[in-house]
Amino acid sequence: MDADQIEKLAKLARLNIAPDQVAEVADRISNVLRMVDQLQALDTTGVAPMSHPLDAVSRLRADVVTEPNVREAFMAIAPACEDGLYLVPKVID
Amino acid sequence: MHNQSIASLLAQLHSRAISSRELTTHYLERIKRLDPQYNSFVTLTEDQALKQADAADSLLAQGNAHALCGLPIAHKDIFCTEGVRTSCGSKMLDNFIPPYNATIVENYLNAGVVMLGKTNMDEFAMGSSNETSYYGPVKNPWNVGCVPGGSSGGSAAAVAARLAPAATASDTGGSIRQPASLCGISGIKPTYGRISRWGMIAFASSLDQAGLMATSAEDLSLLLNTLTSFDAKDATCIDEPIPNYASTLSQPLKGLKIGVPVEYFGAGLHPQTEAAVKAALAQFESMGATLVEITLPHSALSVPAYYVIAPAECSANLSRFDGVRYGHRCKDPQDLEDLYRRSRTEGFGDEVKRRILVGSYALSAGYYDAYFTKAQQARRLIQEDFVAAFKQVDLILGPTCPGPAFAFGSKTKDPVAMYLEDIYTIATNLAGLPGMSIPCGLADGLPVGLQIIGNYFAEGLMLNAARQYQQATSFHTLAPANIA
Repeated sequence: MDADQIEKLAKLARLNIAPDQVAEVADRISNVLRMVDQLQALDTTGVAPMSHPLDAVSRLRADVVTEPNVREAFMAIAPACEDGLYLVPKVID
Repeated sequence: MHNQSIASLLAQLHSRAISSRELTTHYLERIKRLDPQYNSFVTLTEDQALKQADAADSLLAQGNAHALCGLPIAHKDIFCTEGVRTSCGSKMLDNFIPPYNATIVENYLNAGVVMLGKTNMDEFAMGSSNETSYYGPVKNPWNVGCVPGGSSGGSAAAVAARLAPAATASDTGGSIRQPASLCGISGIKPTYGRISRWGMIAFASSLDQAGLMATSAEDLSLLLNTLTSFDAKDATCIDEPIPNYASTLSQPLKGLKIGVPVEYFGAGLHPQTEAAVKAALAQFESMGATLVEITLPHSALSVPAYYVIAPAECSANLSRFDGVRYGHRCKDPQDLEDLYRRSRTEGFGDEVKRRILVGSYALSAGYYDAYFTKAQQARRLIQEDFVAAFKQVDLILGPTCPGPAFAFGSKTKDPVAMYLEDIYTIATNLAGLPGMSIPCGLADGLPVGLQIIGNYFAEGLMLNAARQYQQATSFHTLAPANIA
């Protein structure tokens, strides 16, 4: 894992890594990846990937309104909002 | 009062020998006096607790109150509490006051259970030592130079120091069992899907499970029924009948088949931990159980599989923290990208960032099959080991952790060394099985936990076995010095 790869990953994850920390972060992440690389030696031919411990599938429910309107309660804890909208820096000029 | 069982406290509450206000005040006083040295609580909800206690006392006076009415407990700060800051141990949520309760919080509220406060934890439940909390580490009441374990270190230390009779907790890779082991208390992580995750801040959704900590299996059994409810708001919550866990505690263990995995007694296990666990196995044998040597051949892959799957799921779950709708927002963002990146960079600590980066890598184009799919395949092989084992045995017993509590800072430099702390607990999360830890002795003067792993939905049998062991032994009654 080199500095360029770390910068690319940080962009994907929407994080900044200070230039003086890149080497340490790269080193620590490389350690983790070396450890998980043990998996590569495992023969997994024909093994179905498991995403749910009980292989359950999502339950369906009737298409009816079950939740009350909590819009105001949720807007009240937002860092910035106006007229019922969340405010962010200008995206389009 | 703080040395009595929950059964005894409940009997006195219902007979009106003590009031909930007295009991609640007793614990609040203990927290205020003793917790400055442990840092196990991040928020004390004193006014609210006393109001809840008074309401409980009114219900108790009417004579038809819920069995748990008036009992004070603590909640891990991962569970949303309406009107009470829920930080998840992170600067990101330092200002987050949820407008709703987690289902399990609501369940206890409806039962008249009093909330003393919210307990400290590793940031977003990512850690095995409580050293990643934004609010500073929790100290182990047995030795304040040692970690309490994590991520539910605050709940574990609070129960160990008798600052609360019980506490809620959560377990993604061992976060209930490992701190319970290191703090000398009893903890249970039920079957995946048994307990609602609604309102529990997500880390790795296919592994996360809420559970409990207390000082005995009997206490856990009394609280577990109220923790458990089918909840349509959690799409992974399983609609299975809920047994009365306290009703099967006294069944004899004669004929019980206990599996002892050879892989859990290998290199890296502290000799005194091994001796304590083996003595516990002999105790079960003397109570009529049969020990059966079993093998879980894919055990060595559980840590690598977990450290792909958990970071991958965490990188997806934590993408919701963007500085827009709630939580930390950076000052004076230049543009939307800057708002996202700086809010996240300022709000998350190092271990959380590391896991997000690893997860982003494992899910990124070109690496998905090599890492994420491969880990999910390993996960199935790990689960199949357990399925095969449970065809021969009723429970699986072994150590919870490789050794007792360790000194602060001793594993923080090397993430992999810290990850190996959960080497015996992670496989049960990957398989979705229930697990417990109960005290079974001391190593270097610090508590050792015995892990009990059950088949799916076998919480009743696990609690039964733990209760029988605790009736025959007294390790669960050992408490740290200096907590009078």
